[in-house]
Amino acid sequence: MLEHYLSLAVKAIFVENMALAFFLGMCSFLAVSKKVETAIGLGAAVTFVLTVTTPLNNLVYNYLLKEGALTWLNPAWSGVDLSFVRFLAFIGSIAASVQIVEMTLDRYAPKLYSALGVFLPLIAVNCAILGGSLFMVERDYTFGESAVFGFGSGFGFLLAIVALAAIREKMIYSNVPPALRGLGITFLVTGLMAIAFMAFAGIQL
Amino acid sequence: MNARRKSALLDPLFNDNPITAQVLGICSALAVTTKLETSVVMSIAVIAVMSLSNLTVSLIRNLIPPSIRIIVQLTIIASLVIVTDQVLQAFFFDISKQLSVFVGLIITNCIVMGRAEAYAMQNPPIDSLLDGLGNGLGYSLILIVVGFLRELIGSGKLFGVQVLPLVTDGGWYQPNGLFVLAPGAFFIIGFLIWLLHTWKPELQED
Repeated sequence: MLEHYLSLAVKAIFVENMALAFFLGMCSFLAVSKKVETAIGLGAAVTFVLTVTTPLNNLVYNYLLKEGALTWLNPAWSGVDLSFVRFLAFIGSIAASVQIVEMTLDRYAPKLYSALGVFLPLIAVNCAILGGSLFMVERDYTFGESAVFGFGSGFGFLLAIVALAAIREKMIYSNVPPALRGLGITFLVTGLMAIAFMAFAGIQL
Repeated sequence: MNARRKSALLDPLFNDNPITAQVLGICSALAVTTKLETSVVMSIAVIAVMSLSNLTVSLIRNLIPPSIRIIVQLTIIASLVIVTDQVLQAFFFDISKQLSVFVGLIITNCIVMGRAEAYAMQNPPIDSLLDGLGNGLGYSLILIVVGFLRELIGSGKLFGVQVLPLVTDGGWYQPNGLFVLAPGAFFIIGFLIWLLHTWKPELQED
């Protein structure tokens, strides 16, 4: 059992890295990777929110939306299939949990809260978060699996964005052709990082 | 058509392209472009969602209280995406399976939200519709170019039809598998930006 979870986590962190293999969360990945410090802040916030929302949406999907999921409320509703509103339901629960996380942090961990700053509310529209929940539905994960998957993909994102930020910080010293400066070279660097991450492809625990 | 509407429609094609200049909506641009067919379908879906969401947001822009505008915008966009997803599943089931989660991810595609927030909230409906259309077209342009290159170089096909005969089938073309994989997409967009910035030096960043 433990091995299964461990292998799922390794797969989510390295082999199927959210940013480098599925291109999820790319907008913030490119926009917020100019400095290592802010990259760590965003990565930590994404990891946290993914770890909370993926299992939460797993419950929402299995007990409210899936075909026959409402049977536990009323046996007559066993034919109800609400899965087509899952986009709305997931976005709602993500926005709500981001809000709760924000208030909790503000109350109990003000230091972390001010470090994350503006990234926390922005996370509600980060595609990595919604992507995590949608992949969870598509791959039919159980509650435990989705918790591990959520944490793993968040941590993978953290790893990738911090690495990219570190490279971009060093790039100030290099002489990039004018037309490639900024966005162009960042794409090429990300491409090279994606090749590096492909080396993990064969790993099986 | 006056100058303002024309620039709302045409600027996003090259000068202010959502992908290469505004850096919005990259996730789906990279993920669905392994084949030309999926890129085209995704482009149509995004154009539809974006022009309609811009139009709707603009129509009710004076009724939305500023404090809850994000939620209102998200609800409008999510409803449009649900409709799109259902239509795709009904009429293009195979393609909708290939696009998998990325149709749903149009909701969080920053380009749709970004235009609703930056343009439709301040401008009248027709202009907003054109802005949505223009940005959708700018997005599609990049998507289709990337999809074309990746399918042609990566597997020698266009729209699933073999145009370059493969070595394995007795032809001459050795496909470059890198272009089907994730890194290929990053390289192509990187080089496209390079070309665009060489052609229009005023877009260069310092």
